[in-house]
Amino acid sequence: MSRNGVIGGFGLSMGYTLLYLSLIVIIPLSTILLSAMSMSWSDFIATVLDKRALLSYKVTLLASLAAAAVNLFIGFLTAWVLTRYDFYGKSIINAAVDLPFALPTAVAGITLTALYAENGWVGSILAKYGIKVVFTQTGITLALIFITFPFVVRAVQPALEELEAELEEAAESLGASKFQTLTKVILPLISPSLITGFALAFARGLGEYGSVIFISGNMPFKTEITPLLIITKLEQFNYAAANALALVTLLTAFAVLFLLGMLKKYIRREL
Amino acid sequence: MARRKRNTNENPFVKYTLILLVFIIFFLLLFLPLAMIFTTALRDGAKVYLDAITDSDALSAIRLTLTATVAAVALNTLFGLAAAWAVTKFRFRGKNLLTALIDLPFSVSPVIAGLIFILLFGSSGLFGGFLQSHAIRIVFAVPGIVLATIFVTFPFVARELIPLMQEQGSDEEEAARLLGASTFKTFMKITLPNIKLGLFYGIVLCSARAIGEFGAVSVVSGHIRGMTNTMPLHIEILYNEYRFTAAFAVSTLLALTAIVTLIAKRLIENRQGGAE
Repeated sequence: MSRNGVIGGFGLSMGYTLLYLSLIVIIPLSTILLSAMSMSWSDFIATVLDKRALLSYKVTLLASLAAAAVNLFIGFLTAWVLTRYDFYGKSIINAAVDLPFALPTAVAGITLTALYAENGWVGSILAKYGIKVVFTQTGITLALIFITFPFVVRAVQPALEELEAELEEAAESLGASKFQTLTKVILPLISPSLITGFALAFARGLGEYGSVIFISGNMPFKTEITPLLIITKLEQFNYAAANALALVTLLTAFAVLFLLGMLKKYIRREL
Repeated sequence: MARRKRNTNENPFVKYTLILLVFIIFFLLLFLPLAMIFTTALRDGAKVYLDAITDSDALSAIRLTLTATVAAVALNTLFGLAAAWAVTKFRFRGKNLLTALIDLPFSVSPVIAGLIFILLFGSSGLFGGFLQSHAIRIVFAVPGIVLATIFVTFPFVARELIPLMQEQGSDEEEAARLLGASTFKTFMKITLPNIKLGLFYGIVLCSARAIGEFGAVSVVSGHIRGMTNTMPLHIEILYNEYRFTAAFAVSTLLALTAIVTLIAKRLIENRQGGAE
């Protein structure tokens, strides 16, 4: 760190950083808060607690939560296998984990819809067992599982790599079974990284739009996610309502990240 | 990554079951969608495929996507370099707050990223009256698309560079300065060569997201065909018109971009791993 001030350019780089940050992020984002404050309190409450809005929160929250929970399992499993075992095709799978981040969300959306439609490759098999995915809550969850899959894998992988071999050997030599070593030693140690992955996946799901709208069918009260409701209000030129719902979405995402961040801090202190 | 092997009993049955499960996840979640894109795009033959991606609306969508991507990547790279320099080379109060603010756009829904520019520059927005009286169009026009793209890809380069430059420290830069090099020369000759892989990686991630951004761009674009349609928006229109083959044909271009991104990422990681 340059405390003696040999390295120059602080004023220029800092000035530019703050200017650009303010113009692109801080000022535009604060309009959400400012415009919401110009609404009367009763209008605001009526908008955000409207029945259609409430049901859209339910759809969005349930799907995001379910997708993050599923990814907690399959993401941990993937990270475990990728860090512990050597096998043919490992590097391809490791690279492919990031596909959901690299593939545009709209492409993911139409592709998953085509796959799981009743005449699609997977959908036609599921249809025989009476399982419908497209235009249901299951479809929304599926799209979110795909789009948020890399979060848990990439959060847990480095934690598993850093885990010391001695700890497991000690647990085993003291008579712990494989399962006990996993649940009593490994999982507690990597739980902060599991929480990080879960939180990022959950928060991303709350705001996701492109991958969901094709598979969800967008039926109001049933499969309408909050981001879509915001766009519907915009298209009706109801800017105030769009703004109010956006504020709710934004604050929910921040609250999720903040609370799970606190939980992580608490666990780190206990370890 | 030469880690010591664990001296614990590994049940081979458990091991191969877990590996098999990961292959199943890979196949269902990642491989099938990719295969679906390419087979659907090519199911009506090469001519239909080529017509779909050389159609004039598709070409103008490709042009607009590239314009927005180049603008967003250039501006965010400049910002990333400035922010990483300020954050990693100096001590100041509020550094944690600053880095948190830089990451902020990642936790904002793309729909909201579009909405904020409508609230600012739309006809009934904060600056709407001013813009209208001067006949300047931002939303439902190219500048709005560029702005929304910049917003959603804002943190990528800075986020790659800050941890990298923090790890590398400032000793080399301080030595160069004490030997009489100017700050600019120090940056060009010392810092830039040290961070070039990380910088390239940030640019790759930023470009991939900029090319594929849908929600934010969808809100500000107004969907004017041949004018304000980017590639993802063009795909949406084709899909909603039931022109599935064409929609997937244009999608293959984006899927190929995604695959190239993943390969570039692997190559950079391998080189970084080898350099250690």
